[in-house]
Amino acid sequence: MKVLLAVKRVVDYNVKVHVKSDQSGVDLANVKMSMNPFCEIAVEEAVRLKEKNLATEIVVVSIGPGAAQEQLRSALALGADRAVLVEANEALNALAVAKLLKAVVDQEQPQLIILGKQSIDSDNNQTGQMLAALCGYAQGTFASNIDIAGDKVIVTREVDSGLQTVALNLPAIVTTDLRLNEPRYASLPNIMKAKKKPLQILTPEALGISTSSTSKTLKVEAPASRGAGIKIKTVAELIEKLKNEAKVI
Amino acid sequence: MAILVIAEHALSALVPATLNTVAAAKKIGGDIHVLVAGLNVGAVSAAAAKVAGVAKVLVADNSAYAHQLPENVAPLIADLIIDQHAIYSHVLAPATSNGKNILPRVAALFDVDPISEIIAVESADTFKRPIYAGNAIATVQSSAALKVISVRSTGFDPVAAEGGAATVEIIATVHDAGKSSFVGEELARSDRPELAAARIVVSGGRGMQNGDNFKLLYSLADKLGASVGASRAAVDAGFAPNDMQVGQTGKIVAPQLYIAAGISGAIQHLAGMKDSKVIVAINKDEEAPIFQVADYGLVADLFEAIPELAALV
Repeated sequence: MKVLLAVKRVVDYNVKVHVKSDQSGVDLANVKMSMNPFCEIAVEEAVRLKEKNLATEIVVVSIGPGAAQEQLRSALALGADRAVLVEANEALNALAVAKLLKAVVDQEQPQLIILGKQSIDSDNNQTGQMLAALCGYAQGTFASNIDIAGDKVIVTREVDSGLQTVALNLPAIVTTDLRLNEPRYASLPNIMKAKKKPLQILTPEALGISTSSTSKTLKVEAPASRGAGIKIKTVAELIEKLKNEAKVI
Repeated sequence: MAILVIAEHALSALVPATLNTVAAAKKIGGDIHVLVAGLNVGAVSAAAAKVAGVAKVLVADNSAYAHQLPENVAPLIADLIIDQHAIYSHVLAPATSNGKNILPRVAALFDVDPISEIIAVESADTFKRPIYAGNAIATVQSSAALKVISVRSTGFDPVAAEGGAATVEIIATVHDAGKSSFVGEELARSDRPELAAARIVVSGGRGMQNGDNFKLLYSLADKLGASVGASRAAVDAGFAPNDMQVGQTGKIVAPQLYIAAGISGAIQHLAGMKDSKVIVAINKDEEAPIFQVADYGLVADLFEAIPELAALV
């Protein structure tokens, strides 16, 4: 079974971003960039499927700037076999990303496609579901467990009311949630080996895909700030404040 | 112009987030139609028809929709939009796990970029939504003929659950893609209020040390009529189930009172609760970042403070 993985280069999760003064976006100059945490979980899951001899080949794809090769090399160091970068220098919305991924799916014909459920920059939680619609495949979003059973994938999903398990015909799309696994770190020898693994660079033009969007960001502002309140000394004082000052109990 | 709102329901009842979503639809303006898709949804449809401001309820009652499988529900929604001769300018759903699962699939079928988790309506085509874990707010304009939008409940006060008298229309078409099936579920059972809609939320973090200690929070919550939440660290450590996680990628809450016990206050957690009206932080580490957003900070051992609080309220 061939597995296709999608990973995104995003601002590191430890960075607290600041809005640019011209409100055109957030300031990403000299900010640490990393693989989106949910994509790291996707990589780990694919590698585990290969270790269990369920996956025969892992292809990792990223849509983004040339610098996203760094994240693709990380995935190769963790166990992916080859990489594809669809180079796009401006930020793309989910529809364009889903269309580009669909073009790669058409070329690669994977049986299972694993993505993160959400990227921590745009916080959209859309791409996997949109790719599933474009491919006409079933989708198992917010996965906390996956099992391959013949021509189906059994996905346990983290939902508002608890956990839901569904069976999906392959090929299918899975998006990862936090509890799916704990990603490993790459070893130094594997990082060295990853430098020699194949990395193909494509462009939206070469794939014949329009990257236009129906959404336009007009401005980006800082949220209303919330200052620290007061420190109190005792539980009795806390109750008094909640009853008489805040009036919430 | 009309707006189609996808109802969220569970256990034969309308989930409150539906009322916040109808509120967002009212701000956009236009006739509001509500789709109730599921199996044996008579009671839910009747409740939806009573919601203030709803003109029509569309009911798709079939086993194909029983578990909100997106492979079946998304084509149903797409069909309604096409069948109604393009009267729909917007499709809205609450940003619940079902809404997030289904809506982008609908949007892709219409070649549209959906807009996730709006917190404000600026005009019929312009919306505000948080990005970067709520550290920035984007104003987004959609040029799509059909705007596909999920609504963050905390951004909109709910409409009244009573007072409406909508017409009810049965949708007989059945979409069963045959690509997916429901296997089972483990539902969280709780007599406490729903986390996303609770007036008071008591949350625990890594400082709780183990799952058993969450009993302290349950006791306090029961005294206050509160719901109980958890930080990602507490859920990852197995102290609490995933449906209790509050944060950027978990549940977003904005109760009147949020009590954070043993939670350090990572930006990902703050993203899920910083719009609460009053925040109380109880933590023995006075440097914990949670104190930077807390209205009332108590530097104390939670194992003493929480039982004392429960005894005194």
